[in-house]
Parts: sequence; structure tokens; C-alpha cells
Amino acid sequence: MPHVKVNKFNLYFGNDHILKDIDVSIPDKQITVIIGPSGCGKTTLLKSFNRLIDLQDNVKTDGRILIDGEDVFSRNADLCSIRKKMGLLLQKPYPLPMSIYDNVAYGPRIHGLKKGGDLDGLVEHYLKEASLWDEVKGRLHAPAGNLSLGQQQRLCLARGLAVEPEIILADEPTSALDPLSTARIEKTFIKLKKSYTIIAVTHILRQAKRIADYVIFMYYGRVIEHGPASKVLENPEKDVTKEYVNGVIS
Amino acid sequence: MKGRIIEEKIFTLLMAFSSLAIFASLILLIGSVIFKGAPALDLAMVTEAPSGGFYLGKKGGVLNAILGSFFLAGGAVFISLVLSIPIVMYINHYSSKGSLLNTATRFSIDVLSGVPSIIFGVFGFSIMIILGIKASLLGGMITVAMLVLPVMCRAVDEVARLVPEELPESVHALGATRYDVIKVSLRQILPGILTAIMISFGRAIGDAASVLFTAGFTDEMPLSLLQPAATLPLSIFFQINSPVAEVQNRAYASALILTAVILSISLSVRIIASKMKKKVVK
Ligand SMILES: Nc1ncnc2c1ncn2[C@@H]1O[C@H](COP(=O)(O)OP(=O)(O)OP(=O)(O)O)[C@@H](O)[C@H]1O
Ligand SMILES: [Mg+2]
Repeated sequence: MPHVKVNKFNLYFGNDHILKDIDVSIPDKQITVIIGPSGCGKTTLLKSFNRLIDLQDNVKTDGRILIDGEDVFSRNADLCSIRKKMGLLLQKPYPLPMSIYDNVAYGPRIHGLKKGGDLDGLVEHYLKEASLWDEVKGRLHAPAGNLSLGQQQRLCLARGLAVEPEIILADEPTSALDPLSTARIEKTFIKLKKSYTIIAVTHILRQAKRIADYVIFMYYGRVIEHGPASKVLENPEKDVTKEYVNGVIS
Repeated sequence: MKGRIIEEKIFTLLMAFSSLAIFASLILLIGSVIFKGAPALDLAMVTEAPSGGFYLGKKGGVLNAILGSFFLAGGAVFISLVLSIPIVMYINHYSSKGSLLNTATRFSIDVLSGVPSIIFGVFGFSIMIILGIKASLLGGMITVAMLVLPVMCRAVDEVARLVPEELPESVHALGATRYDVIKVSLRQILPGILTAIMISFGRAIGDAASVLFTAGFTDEMPLSLLQPAATLPLSIFFQINSPVAEVQNRAYASALILTAVILSISLSVRIIASKMKKKVVK
């Protein structure tokens, strides 16, 4: 039983019907990539998983998104514990205004996980998981804002991993990065899928081909096609998908 | 074609001239305060309270007014800071952008920052009558706090609005509460808050009309919250009205002291602001 399931999910901003009858299961411990033209609702769907979409005004939803069998949109859902299950990478990395160390330690600290000596170990562990440790081990207490963009994105990854999520959500995590940093993030994702379910949005078809195990193609708020990467990207069923993967529409 | 070139030249000249004029008026103002005030400025001015009465006395200094002004402005800034942080955090992180309360709050801040200080003085005075408080350091503090509250709110709101959406998103995504988000935002805007404190302090220490009836005036040192307290702007006002020439010169010396205080505040604001640019996370 996959731990992320979307069930007849609809989302409205005021009167605009943005997400329409989304019905899809996300396979565990794989990289699922959401593709589709600009404005089709990829970010909105991604932010629905951890209900970050609640930060927007006038949002209405119906249908369900099940994480471990629990509907995140149910009335008595505990937002903090839902969000804690998912790490999030934004398009533009945003280090918190504190040191590298404190960025990674932030999650464990607010959740009261560990203190003192253990925290050092945790910080090191997650910086290693995010493939950043070697570059920052000598300056853990320097402000995080001084890192390069690529390093900042991996720091955000480490920060997200430090709250021990099961799922990693990523919204075009490499679109602000240079090719080398992009490659490092992609390599890290492939390493991390052994332990995490990864859902990433991308604009770049070549990136989808490089990392995706499973692909969801969205168009005007609907999921048009979803399935194993090889099938959707190489041999799609629907015409719109064909046009998109062949670059006719973008 | 030729006409337009001449027109442009004339306007360039005019603009350059106006820019020069504002700089010249600053120099002229400071120059005349120094010219008139420096001769009467001695050590006693800043280390002693007046003797022989502030109106006719030629001895002593205005230490009571310097301390009174600092206490009053400090207290007022403290009160308005404690009030403005929750206000600004509420309109930025809790109420939704288009909500009535949000609009009403921002509107009130805008209107209140345009209200002349004498109106705050009258308002503070009438409240003190109702509460049965006489003119005192505390009464002045509360009135001046009302005067600078909109200034403070505006200055803090300006930086709070600049905090990008990614900050609350990143912090919430870790399973944090809104209170955690506020703590991180405050950390992000700390340099801006310091600037807001300095600006408000400058506004508070220089205002005469709001303290005229609410803080009163005295020759005594400001030792109690419930006693009247002297302030620099009022000590200038009363001394310059004196028929005695020496006392009038002491008014200029007091003006020099106040100008020096305000000037050093503006300079610190500039320094903090330039440091802030380097620190803010992009
Ligand atoms: N806060 C909002 N209020 C109203 N409409 C919104 C809001 N956010 C997004 N939308 C609309 O919802 C639709 C989907 O937006 P979304 O950001 O999810 O698209 P996207 O697929 O991520 O696009 P892109 O590839 O450009 O990032 C768009 O039409 C957008 O205009
Ligand atoms: Mg998007």
C-alpha cells in the first residue's frame, strides 16, 4: 500500500477551479516526477500534499489526499505532524537567517528531539545525507546565506531531512542552479530514494528522463497520464502527452 | 529640437540647484545652531540642573532636561515597540491580506502617522484628567508612545512586508507553528527593527507639543515617574522666551545639544541600514 494516494481531489482558488479530479497513487521509495506546462497546477498539487497551500487565501478543496492512510485535508488533521512527514525543497533555496549548523538543527530543536552532543551528530549525519558535509564541515557556524545557491539548496535538503520525513517534496529544485549543482542534487536524489519517497516537479524533460521512475503528466489542472517513466516518456498513450514529450507544446 | 535641448538644460540646472539647496539648508541650520549655541555651551550645561529658575536663572545647566528627554523617549519607544511587534506580526502572519481588520489596521497606522503631535498632546492630557494623573514623566511617556506608535509600526511593517514568502513556507514545511514562523521572521528583520527603534527615538526626543501639558516642566531632576519632568524641546522653548539675554543664549546651547543627539541618531540609522543590506538573506 503506497503511503501517498490522491483520491478525487479538487482545489479552487476563489472561483477558479485549479486542480480537477486528481486521482493518482505515488509509488513508495521511488522518484516520481510531475511534468506539465506552466500554470497547469504542479506547484499547487505539490503544496497540497503537506497543506502548505493553506498559506494562500481563499483555498477550497474536496476529495482526499491520503498519507499513510490518513486524509491530510480531514477536519481534525494535525498539520504540524503531517508536514513533519514531508521535507520540502522550493524553487529558490531559502536558508533561514542563522548559521549552517542552526539551519539543520532547527527542525530537531522545535520538535524537541535532541539536545547538546547528540545534535552535533545529527547535523553531521544529515549534511552528509545531503552531500554537503565535506564542503561546510570547517565553517558550520558561518551564516548560511554565504553559501552558493547550489550549496544552499543542499542545505535546505539537509534541513528537511533532519525532521525525519518519509517523503521529500521538491518544486523545480534545480531551476535556479548551474548544471554542476543540478547534477549533484540529482545524484543525491537517486541516493536518497532508497530511504525516501521523492516527488519532484520539473520543467525539464531531460531531467525527468534522468531521474524519474514514475511520471505524472498534468495539463490544465488534470492528470492526463501517469505510469512508469519509460512508458509515459517514451511511449505515451494520450495525444497531448505525446505532443508534450515531443516538445510540440510546452 | 534646439528648444528641447535648452529646456532640458534648464531643468537639469534647476534640479541640481534644488538638490544643492537642501544640502545648504542643512549646513546653514547646523552652522547657525553651532554659531549661536557653542559660546554658551559649557560643562555645567550638561552636568548640572538649572539654578535660579529656568526662566531667569543664568547658572547651572539643562541636565534635568537631557535626562528627562532620554527617559521619556526611551520609555515611549519601549512601550510602542512592545505594542508594534504584535500588531505588525498579526497583520503580516495571521490575518489574511484582504481582510477588514488588516485593511483597517494599515489605514489607522497611515492616518495616525499624519496626526499633528499637539493633537496627541491634547488627547493624552484629556485621558490623564479622566484617570486623575497630573503632568508627569509617566503621562508624557504614554502620550509620546501614542505619537511614535504609528511611526514604529510603519517602519517595522515596511521590513516585515519584504520578508519573502519562502520564509514562512520553509519554516511551516518543517512542521513548525505560526509562533515559530514569527520568531524566525523577527530574526530576519532584526536590523530593520533596530532602525525603527532609532527613527522612533529621534521622533520622540524632538517633540515639544505632545509633552507640553503631559510631562510638564520642572527644574528638578527626573527621579520619579509620577513627577513632572523637563525635556530638551521645552527647555529651549522656555529659555528663548526669557527676557534675559544670557538665558536666551542657553536656549541655543540646548538646541545644539538636541541637534547633536538627533544627528548622531540619524548617523547610526544610516550605519545600521547599510550593515543590514549585507546581512539580509536573499
Ligand atoms: N494564490 C493563488 N491565487 C489564485 N490563483 C493562483 C494562486 N496560485 C496559483 N494560482 C493559479 O493556479 C494555477 C496553477 O498554478 P501553479 O503554480 O500550481 O502552476 P505550475 O504548474 O506550478 O506552473 P509553473 O510551471 O509555472 O510553476 C495557475 O493558473 C495560477 O495562476
Ligand atoms: Mg510551479
